[in-house]
Amino acid sequence: MKSAVLHAKPGAESAQPGVSQYLTFVLGGETYAVGILRIKEIIEYGALTSVPMMPSFIRGVINLRGAVVPVVDLQARFGKTSTQVARRTCIVILEIESNGESQDIGVLVDAVNAVLDIAEADIEPPPSFGTGIRPDFVEGMGKIDGRFVIILDLSRVLSIDELARLASASQQECESAF
Amino acid sequence: MNEFDQARQTFFDESRDMLREIEDALLVLESGGGDAETLNGLFRAAHTIKGSAGLFGYEDVVAFTHEVETVLDRLRAGELAFGEELAGLMLACADHVSSLLAELESGNTGETADRDRGTGLVTRLRSLYATPEATTRAASPAVEASSDAPASGPCRWRIDVRFGADVFRNGMDPLSFIRYLGTRGELVRVVTRLFDVPPADRFDAETCHLALDILVHTTASREELEKVFDFVRDDCTLVLTRVTEGAPSVETTGTGAVPTEGGTEPVVAPEVVNVAMTRQKEQRAEEARFIRVQADKLDELISLVGELVIAGAGATLVARQIRHMGMLEATQSISDLVEEIRNSALQLRMVQIGDTFARFRRVVRDVSHDLGKEIELEIRGADTELDKSVVEKIADPLMHLVRNAMDHGIETGDERAAAGKPRAGHLRLNAYHDSGSIVIEVQDDGRGLDRARILRKAVERGIVPENTELPEDEVFGLIFMPGFSTAETVTNLSGRGVGMDVVKRNIESLRGTVHVASTPGAGTKMAIRLPLTLAIIDGFLVTVGRSSYVIPLDMVVECIELPADIPAHAQHFNLRGEVLPFLRMRDVFQVEDSVAGHESVVVVRNGTSRAGLVVDRLLGELQAVIKPLGRIFRDLQGIGGSTILGSGEVALILDVPALIARATRNSTLAGPATAGIPRSPGRLLTEIPSSLERE
Repeated sequence: MKSAVLHAKPGAESAQPGVSQYLTFVLGGETYAVGILRIKEIIEYGALTSVPMMPSFIRGVINLRGAVVPVVDLQARFGKTSTQVARRTCIVILEIESNGESQDIGVLVDAVNAVLDIAEADIEPPPSFGTGIRPDFVEGMGKIDGRFVIILDLSRVLSIDELARLASASQQECESAF
Repeated sequence: MNEFDQARQTFFDESRDMLREIEDALLVLESGGGDAETLNGLFRAAHTIKGSAGLFGYEDVVAFTHEVETVLDRLRAGELAFGEELAGLMLACADHVSSLLAELESGNTGETADRDRGTGLVTRLRSLYATPEATTRAASPAVEASSDAPASGPCRWRIDVRFGADVFRNGMDPLSFIRYLGTRGELVRVVTRLFDVPPADRFDAETCHLALDILVHTTASREELEKVFDFVRDDCTLVLTRVTEGAPSVETTGTGAVPTEGGTEPVVAPEVVNVAMTRQKEQRAEEARFIRVQADKLDELISLVGELVIAGAGATLVARQIRHMGMLEATQSISDLVEEIRNSALQLRMVQIGDTFARFRRVVRDVSHDLGKEIELEIRGADTELDKSVVEKIADPLMHLVRNAMDHGIETGDERAAAGKPRAGHLRLNAYHDSGSIVIEVQDDGRGLDRARILRKAVERGIVPENTELPEDEVFGLIFMPGFSTAETVTNLSGRGVGMDVVKRNIESLRGTVHVASTPGAGTKMAIRLPLTLAIIDGFLVTVGRSSYVIPLDMVVECIELPADIPAHAQHFNLRGEVLPFLRMRDVFQVEDSVAGHESVVVVRNGTSRAGLVVDRLLGELQAVIKPLGRIFRDLQGIGGSTILGSGEVALILDVPALIARATRNSTLAGPATAGIPRSPGRLLTEIPSSLERE
């Protein structure tokens, strides 16, 4: 069943059939992958405006050639510590579909690795635990050189509805504190 | 979108315009106005819809409009009198066509409810022209502006039509004209002829080489027969000859409607032709003055101009930093020009509010019928312009206010007579520009708002504490509170779950305000004040912590330094003898790093009261191009949007009313013991009444 879903969704078909392309990146020492079709561009970290009263995983907004784009700290989204900005910190701009509209969202990552081909046969269904993040965030486990990387289900990780709900909750918390 | 879809879309757009024209014309006729030309316009519009629908094969629409057209034809011939009942029926028919079209446009057809309604309407229409066909047909089309030699009974016409080479390419089907002609009379003979057919090797199947020679037995007049060919009028040679015992009268109609100065004497009086010609020219001139542009192209242009404003600000910033006089002058003249371009670009999106107002004629008519009240609608300032996006969003709140005024404001005829007022209620829609905003007023001459009753209700609902003394303004403001409704009977107008609070919220989301004035027994006036455009605002730039924020300039009253002697926990201070509650933005936004330098207070207006916002630094005025924040931030209160500064940095735009509403709510929750100011919830309400509607 999982393979059917994978068939419909993930990265671009590369030269061989059944093989898709994924971008791998590092986050808190762990390697993750996302299908490259969703990726619009990768930019250097800089000039971020923080938005008050937001949960820690919403770092703020940036000016992407005239458009205001929110930036999500993936590490914090996974319930871990906030990402420390370093020399190789990047923002990956992704296009997220939600309710028929597409919205650009930036995610903060420690470093970007490479674009790799992963064959469909090399993708295992997600384990029920052991990835260190919420199981529904995981689309599958991709095998690269005998190691597994976590392929993220972006529609879950960056679900606009869930992010908005969390943002709203955080604001109410703020309000009662102040 | 392929060409066919585009044509289809044009058809729907045009039909909607036509239906609006039909509705307007019907309302004019119903109110006793209008003349033969209004009726003709009505007929033309219906005919155009029918004809175009036929081209796209929408048989339902064609069949139905045909019935409508028949009745209109009788009206035009003076056989039917235009009364209220007929007006109602015709309006219902227009609605039906409109819903048929909407269905076709959205692609889901076959609603049975619609079918039934359509059948019902057709039956009613048919009952209107149940008189024998022949006698009515024979009646002279008296209203027809250019009618010549009225037909005194069925006669034979020879129609010689030679189609232009491009007829097929333009999507016309000659057969459809014959078929349609068949509905106007009996086709005696149709002969097809070919002309100019090239040799087979050069033959192009899309080029039309067709001519028709038709003999038709009909009661229709020359104009009616010509109208059959309206859609190919510019692309064919049409010769109509009446076959009578006497000399046949010949008239050629090709490009333009000029009769040939041929051997026979001209049938149409020259004056008539001249009038027709002038009218055509006027129509063309009118068309040439406007260009239909897709709204998103304009939006694209305006957003580019917005970018230009930002980039220009960036260039000025650099010029200032390097202190190059020549450069500064150059950037200055560029920004002057950019500002002009911006203004003209925004001007492009300006539309007159008249169309929106005109829609209320129908609403007022229908609602006053439902309520059994006589209500006259007066429209003023229909040519006042405002941004298209604002117009679209204001229609709903306006509708609510108009319905409210009719339902609750204006009394019944008897009540009015008893009060010594004219039986017919008066409702006025007015629009005008006032210092950079547009004001839209809905004014009735009804019973006015009952101060005491509103206050009583508000106490009942727990909106204000008992024994509160409120100035008149604020009492009226209470009707915009959530959960407030004074309607004692629930009619099908009120009680649909949309309250005045929604009206107010909608208006505020357009950065507008609504103000109520009312005199008992003499009526109520609701004045909506809106910015002319939503794209750009004048703002005041401040910093809090490391971020920049923009406060809309129309909110700002003054800027002062935070008095040094104010204790850290204070939430108000004495501003020239008045108490000024203030918010420390650092606390609100939970900025942790310490204050550098002296803090300032921006005094903002909030309804009739004032409040202070304590910020780190004041950076001055700017023009902010509003950029929406993504949907993630949709519930964020206190931030209304964002803008991009000349430096490329994003600055957030403060939503002052929401910020103050939040603070008000919090201190109400905290209770008087812990809140600094206000001392009691009652006092609080009198200070900031408008803020409470946000929950």
